[in-house]
Amino acid sequence: MSQKTLQEKIRGNPKFAELVGKRTRFAIILSLVVLVPYYSFMLLVSLQPQIFAAKISEGSVITIGWPIAALIVIGGWLLTGVYVNRANGEFDRLTQEVLKEANK
Amino acid sequence: MKRSLFALITGCLLAVSFTVFAGPGAIEGVQKQPVNVSAIAMFLIFVLATLGITKWAAGKTKSTADFYTAGGGITGFQNGLAIAGDYMSAATLLGLTSMVYFKGYDGFVYAVCFFIGWPIILFLMAERLRNLGKFTFADIASYRLDQNRIRTFAAIGSLTVVCFYLIVQMVGAGQLIQLLFGLEYNTAVICVGILMMVYVTFGGMTATTWVQIIKACLLLGGGITLMLLTLSKFGWSLDNLFTKAIESHKLGEKLMAPGSLMADPISAFSLSLGLLFGTAGLPHIMMRFFTVPNAKEARKSVFYATGFIGLFFLVTMVLGAAAISIVGTNPDFFEGGVVGGKLIGGGNMPVMHLTKAVGGDIFLGFLSAVAFATILAVVSGLALAGASAISHDLYARVIKKGTATSAQEMKVTRIASVGLGITAILLGIAFKDQNVLFASSVNFPILILSMYWKGLTTRGALWGGIAGLVSSVGLVVLSPTVWVKILGNSAAIFPYDHPAIVSMTLAFFVTWLLSVTDKSARAVKEKEAFEEQYIRAQTGLGASGAHAH
Repeated sequence: MSQKTLQEKIRGNPKFAELVGKRTRFAIILSLVVLVPYYSFMLLVSLQPQIFAAKISEGSVITIGWPIAALIVIGGWLLTGVYVNRANGEFDRLTQEVLKEANK
Repeated sequence: MKRSLFALITGCLLAVSFTVFAGPGAIEGVQKQPVNVSAIAMFLIFVLATLGITKWAAGKTKSTADFYTAGGGITGFQNGLAIAGDYMSAATLLGLTSMVYFKGYDGFVYAVCFFIGWPIILFLMAERLRNLGKFTFADIASYRLDQNRIRTFAAIGSLTVVCFYLIVQMVGAGQLIQLLFGLEYNTAVICVGILMMVYVTFGGMTATTWVQIIKACLLLGGGITLMLLTLSKFGWSLDNLFTKAIESHKLGEKLMAPGSLMADPISAFSLSLGLLFGTAGLPHIMMRFFTVPNAKEARKSVFYATGFIGLFFLVTMVLGAAAISIVGTNPDFFEGGVVGGKLIGGGNMPVMHLTKAVGGDIFLGFLSAVAFATILAVVSGLALAGASAISHDLYARVIKKGTATSAQEMKVTRIASVGLGITAILLGIAFKDQNVLFASSVNFPILILSMYWKGLTTRGALWGGIAGLVSSVGLVVLSPTVWVKILGNSAAIFPYDHPAIVSMTLAFFVTWLLSVTDKSARAVKEKEAFEEQYIRAQTGLGASGAHAH
């Protein structure tokens, strides 16, 4: 089968549209979940730095800035796990089905 | 000093490209230290082990695919460690701890900026990179565009990034090794250059990957051990650690909140933009995505890499904060014993002094050896990316138009690796005592648009790329750091040190404008070809598999 017809079959498969749609939406949402807090953080750091000087608890010298920054790092990593989990499961299954059906 | 230090770290990590300036050394007044026997012994063990690996890898490296991508046979976990290894340079360890040591919380903000690109690379790029690429970044940029012009431009872009990045690493290597091992600067640079040539020329990607993996483990293991040793000195209490830090630092309580570094929002935004997309444009990092067998493993590798890098950054934050009270109050670590004066070895040394203070000479020797190994590994990754741009892109594709045999291409790669090794040594010696910095973003706009935008044409990509390149170089020259501090003019023409906000906008705009107005027959064909690329990017249909020989 030529590459061209293979492509047309993939394009015509509703599962392909489903795969691309779902994956694109998921990637955009996760990117926003990372970037919106990150840029809010950067904006506050430069405009309202005193916010981060509040102490995490009475009697502690640690400011809330430290756990917030750590949370952005740890949260960012956990989100990569969320993406990989779904992409390597659901999305890869859909991809395999699309490819298999195109080769039929 | 602070300024040049930040510039150096930014340069080391950011590096999408370009230009280099002579300035006062970042590591000022490096004194050659007495020869450190335990450090040298540990380093020799590392070198012997990695040479053994290179010999083994050389036996496995038969085709160009073996050479450039280890035959696509690296697992996601291994590749994750290797990516982390590529990203965590000695400059990251020394630079970030030193920023926390001097500036407190601002150092953490910087670390967050360096980190945040990784999740985005996974969500938007990793699997498309794997599905579309074969050996180099130029494979993707020129996928459906003019092979000669776009590939040449992309290869030159990669080579330039590689060369300037090599300067930073070689100069850093020379200074660090002089300080830690007591070797002459030139000897150190030559050692690094020769070892790099051996790894890359004989072992190719397989050897380079394993050198990265070993080094990443050593760096993480060493860093975590040091952190635990350090925390034990504070009774395992972060509160205690920070209380001591506040008592010892001239900034006092201000240490704990954002300071002056990010005070200007536009500057902060531009920096974060450069860092966010800078990582995604590093040729030696992108190349790592082609070493895994499929998109699944590519995704896993970013998950592991992100975890290791995040962990490493958090560890460096603790080390930097601990150094404030442990190193900052100990006269042994200051020149002439003046506490609060100049640190012995320069502003990048807090973590090394901390190591000596809590771990003694043996641990200092170990961490010195790890730092040396780190430089060696990063330099090898760079050289491999540079060699593949020369042999795969320029020689095999542009000059030979794809008619070169695998054997010919391999020969050119090896010659290119040796050439890059010699270049690196010469650059390292020429730029001795210089501070080197970069500006951002040449590769990224073309890369992302070629994957996502159907309308991209050769004309748009070429001129957009050139616009990004020229503007980022130009604006760095006109920036406060270079125009005022280095060139000695009275006022900066461009007010920001980080040009990404302007240069990236310009690159995107020019690319867009010259693409949409491109009505040539070739442009029409290029737009039609997007369909095939799109399906391959989404499904991996036709993607180069493992062991393509």
